[in-house]
Amino acid sequence: MQPKLGLTGWLRWFWRQLTSMRTALFLLLMLAIAAIPGSLVPQRSSDPNGVTQYFADNADLAPILDKLQAFDVYTSAWFSSIYLLLFISLIGCVIPRTKHHFQALRAKPPTTPARLGRLSGFTTQDAPAHTDARAAITHARTLLKSSGYRVVRFDSDTESSVSAERGYLRETGNLVFHAALVGILVTVGFGGGYGFSGQRVIVEGQTFVNTLLAYDSFNPGRFFDDTTLDPYTLSLDDFAVSYEQQNLQAYGQPVDFTADVTVTPKGEAAEPGVVKVNGPLRTNGTSIFLLGNGYAPTIQVTAPDGTVVFSDSVPFLPQDANLTSLGIVKVPDGLAEQVGMIGFFYPTQDKAASGANFSSYPDLEYPLLTLNVYTGDLGLDAGVPTSVYSLVTDTLTRQTGGETGVASIELKPGESAELPGDLGTVSFVDNNPAATAADDFTQSVPRFASFDIHHDPTQIWLISFSMLVLFGLFTGLLVPRRRVWVKATTRTDGTVHLEYAGLARGDDPALEGAITNVADRHLKLLKTHQPVAANPESI
Amino acid sequence: MNLTDTALLNSYSLYALYSAMAIYAFAFIAFAVDLARRSSAVSAMESDLTEVDAAASVGRVVAAGRTSTLERPAVKRPVLSRISARMDDDAALPYGRSSSLRVGVALTVLAWALHLAATIMRGFAADRVPWANMYEFALTGTLLIMTVFLIVLIRSDLRFLGTFVTGLVLVLLGVASLQFYVEVAPLPPALQSAWLVIHVFVASLATGMFALGFALSTVQVLQFRRENRVREDAAAGRSAVASGRRLRFLSTLPSSATLENLAYRINIIGFILWTFTLMAGSIWAEQAWGRYWGWDTKEVWTFIIWVIYAGYIHARATRGWRGSRSAWLSIIGFSAVMFNFGIVNVFFKGLHAYSGLSL
Ligand code: HEM
Repeated sequence: MQPKLGLTGWLRWFWRQLTSMRTALFLLLMLAIAAIPGSLVPQRSSDPNGVTQYFADNADLAPILDKLQAFDVYTSAWFSSIYLLLFISLIGCVIPRTKHHFQALRAKPPTTPARLGRLSGFTTQDAPAHTDARAAITHARTLLKSSGYRVVRFDSDTESSVSAERGYLRETGNLVFHAALVGILVTVGFGGGYGFSGQRVIVEGQTFVNTLLAYDSFNPGRFFDDTTLDPYTLSLDDFAVSYEQQNLQAYGQPVDFTADVTVTPKGEAAEPGVVKVNGPLRTNGTSIFLLGNGYAPTIQVTAPDGTVVFSDSVPFLPQDANLTSLGIVKVPDGLAEQVGMIGFFYPTQDKAASGANFSSYPDLEYPLLTLNVYTGDLGLDAGVPTSVYSLVTDTLTRQTGGETGVASIELKPGESAELPGDLGTVSFVDNNPAATAADDFTQSVPRFASFDIHHDPTQIWLISFSMLVLFGLFTGLLVPRRRVWVKATTRTDGTVHLEYAGLARGDDPALEGAITNVADRHLKLLKTHQPVAANPESI
Repeated sequence: MNLTDTALLNSYSLYALYSAMAIYAFAFIAFAVDLARRSSAVSAMESDLTEVDAAASVGRVVAAGRTSTLERPAVKRPVLSRISARMDDDAALPYGRSSSLRVGVALTVLAWALHLAATIMRGFAADRVPWANMYEFALTGTLLIMTVFLIVLIRSDLRFLGTFVTGLVLVLLGVASLQFYVEVAPLPPALQSAWLVIHVFVASLATGMFALGFALSTVQVLQFRRENRVREDAAAGRSAVASGRRLRFLSTLPSSATLENLAYRINIIGFILWTFTLMAGSIWAEQAWGRYWGWDTKEVWTFIIWVIYAGYIHARATRGWRGSRSAWLSIIGFSAVMFNFGIVNVFFKGLHAYSGLSL
């Protein structure tokens, strides 16, 4: 019969289990396995569109998976509990080891074992004639000490020895490594709450003010205070893209994106800046990243009486590598009816055999804008926020394209067309009417860039902890921790017998070589320091 | 660099690569012949040496290294001794170097030189580091696997792994040149970063380490089985000849304990490099995408591999997990590395779409 454990007994038992090496190993392997589903199923955090698509494709399975938090694996209850348990285990493991290590750092190396023969690298040799056992050990002690060992010597009538230990840094490194892992977890877990990230599309020539309302989307951390936003302004002066034109294998592949911007901190002088892919602009406590780009055709809608009711450069979202782009124009006011338009923009328009338009090159070689016109209630007055990038056509009447029998509107830069039903006129404004050649469209359509603006006060911490992790790994895995003993025994005939041996504490491939090395150097030392008068009788 | 030079250099690179592959294939055959010869030599020796084997394979592990200074000339052992020390040949049946083994190594070195030339020419043709798409990554990665192998050979006699290493490199190069081949193309802006150079290079180097660790762990598991069988046979009073019918060459390889230590040493270096890869990748991700970690599929797998090897290191310090069990973690770890490279890059959706392939 097992003796009954009280509650504290059980708790203690549980704690011991949790902080055992076996549990740590089990939890680590569980963590590896638990991370796998997140690579098989799209995740809301990294691929929200993929999740929507998955729901559409697997209508039966998706809700079940969703219940299991399969679309949010890395914040799921089960994944979190594994790593939290692991880190509790880690802390429970590291604290006693740290205490123990502090004691070991102050303790002296242990007494020399009576018999060294069974230990690693056991080596024996006879000391040169006239060597004194104690003097030999003094030399051994100096030798080991200068090689970074902590030493303690033991002397008796017949026998002297030195016990040495080195490599405390191994355990230090190991502890630093594990503690730094905790540091990273805490930094990531809580630190993220103090930052924000926001996205904003800016068309060439436009300016953005770093305030909450100016963002297209804004994700503050839990502890982030909006009023701390630094209201600097950011203007996109020019967005340049260069495309590969020599190498036919990669023709049209973008080789460079450069956003020339102007940053104006509040109340200070404007300063120019550059944002590139892989080259964020760090300014005013934020980092500005270049995430995407595309065309923003300038579209103008005029009422029959000549008043301009809409005039804007509308960002069109790229649909393929050659920048076939899709955009929406909404004209709620000023015309006889509300008008919505779905537009396609082709920077270099081409026609497929089927008659469909497509873009064959991403730069502005032969730009074309096509528009399909809808009329009816755009749903903007209901007070429900709607996306500027989509048009709900259910409640609208289609006026061009499709089955209407009316051709879609097709415009080149600088051209205009009548809207159906005498609603008015739509124009595709040429941004560079002064172009000298008639077929030079290079500047005719402005580009937009989408920027991601971040503030993350924790990065410096993360870098520091990561450095500690690396330091801990290097020392914890590669510094050998070992004990070495040298013993000198005086035989009855007065000659001195030397023994060397070591003990590895942890993996130590070079231990035997090290013992051999100590023995060799010791012998050399004894030879060069032949004590002339150490043994008076023999003179 | 103008286009004709690019095309010319790239075609030279391909010729060099195909020649290297052909020579690796011959090296593979030579190494395989060596293993076969070891097996038949074992049969011959076993008929002389019946029960001695059992005693030897158990006793020798302990005895290995007990030589005193006076018997062994003091050799200066530089850094590499960390890996190779105690790699004394404690094989149950000693076996010298056969001529086919020497031929295998010579051919491997020759093929490696051509492989190196192919990689460098590809880099010059593209005017950048030759590891920016799957094909180039395979080219450089296999070159590093081979380089690590050849460097380790200088210090420890791991020639018996030749069949595995040349075989692995051949398969990877075959897949790369048939399935992943893409023409020289300029770097897309997302890859124009110093971190491409560092991150991918260190990842390849870590892969080279893990590959060797995998091979050693595999042989370790097989060797451990053989040792057990030999021990059981000895206990049952059966002759050792009956044991180990399959893979008889194992008797000429180091003991499972030696293989385990060696695998561990190589894997921990791989692990440190992998940790660095993970960190460098995060720094790069922050610069390119504005977040250092986003559980993108490639990041997930890098993490999984890291955790598996952390598990492996722990297993070696956990009672009941030393030996074959921890070896399995090393085997699983490298399988995950290969999965990450071959499957995740090509078939999984994610930001790291850098295979250069359009499926
Ligand atoms: C997030 C979880 C953990 C990770 C990623 C991790 C990783 C590692 C790594 C990489 C090493 C080798 C590095 C070195 O020695 O400096 C190591 C060693 C070690 N870890 Fe952990 N560890 C974790 C949790 C734990 C826990 C919970 C324990 C205690 C139960 C623990 C105990 C140890 C011990 C004793 C060693 C030394 C092993 C040896 O001497 O070979 N670790 N760990």
